[in-house]
Amino acid sequence: MGRATFTYEETGYFLRVKLKGDIDHHSAVAIRSGMDSLLYKIRPRRLYLDLSGVDFMDSSGLGLIMGRYALMKEIGGDVVVCDPCPGVDRVIKLAGLDKLVRIERSKTDAAGQDKPRSRRVRKEVLK
Amino acid sequence: MKSNKFNAKVVNKMQLKLPSLSVNEGMARAAVAAFVSQLDPTATELADIKCAVSEAVTNCIVHGYRDSVGYVRMTVKLCEGRIVRIEIADKGCGIADVKQARQPLFTTDAAGERSGMGFTVMESFTDGVRVSSKLGKGTTVTMIKVLADLDLT
Repeated sequence: MGRATFTYEETGYFLRVKLKGDIDHHSAVAIRSGMDSLLYKIRPRRLYLDLSGVDFMDSSGLGLIMGRYALMKEIGGDVVVCDPCPGVDRVIKLAGLDKLVRIERSKTDAAGQDKPRSRRVRKEVLK
Repeated sequence: MKSNKFNAKVVNKMQLKLPSLSVNEGMARAAVAAFVSQLDPTATELADIKCAVSEAVTNCIVHGYRDSVGYVRMTVKLCEGRIVRIEIADKGCGIADVKQARQPLFTTDAAGERSGMGFTVMESFTDGVRVSSKLGKGTTVTMIKVLADLDLT
């Protein structure tokens, strides 16, 4: 339980948003408005949604991801979902959201996964 | 015989009544999870139950009591045969067409970024969902989850 929060990191064209906590209808409302003002301000080419810190998500989270996908399309970018836990992954797959947005999984476990993968991804995108 | 899942003998029971404030969604699923824990469900079973409860309670708050605040009543019954029966009821506006509401991606609130997957999640993550609704009277969702036998070896 408890409020869901997010932190973000901006690198060039990329915006990486790391969500933490439970994503339900209650928390999605706050995350959505906070994230949207950020997206309009930064206008990134790609939004990474890091879900490694989220251990519960219901269909409100699906709405949140789909909404951000639509917004990113509008400003000419895309969305990548990173490291959903098994429970969150099942909800995503149930809705077929994995066909709409790319899901990235780091090879290592949750701890310290960030750097090697993001570097690799960046290179892949920039070439 | 299949309908037996819905009327198996009750062993233990819990009731909870909460105002339809979105902040209570987390409370509702945590309470159900804590109560069901006495049956030693697997982590996946518990995650399924929490998600299904979250959907049903959110429906009461977002749709049932769209323009008002009312009570969401939750009854959890632990039945023989490791059957968990969860009833979530509101006295809100009711559903005009239950069959349509249960369709994947159907939503009456697209502006609110509802994905329309609530009932689909409930159906996928539980072993049976019944919906009874009356316009202007409210909606009751009954969900059944059959837990796998305990591995005592």
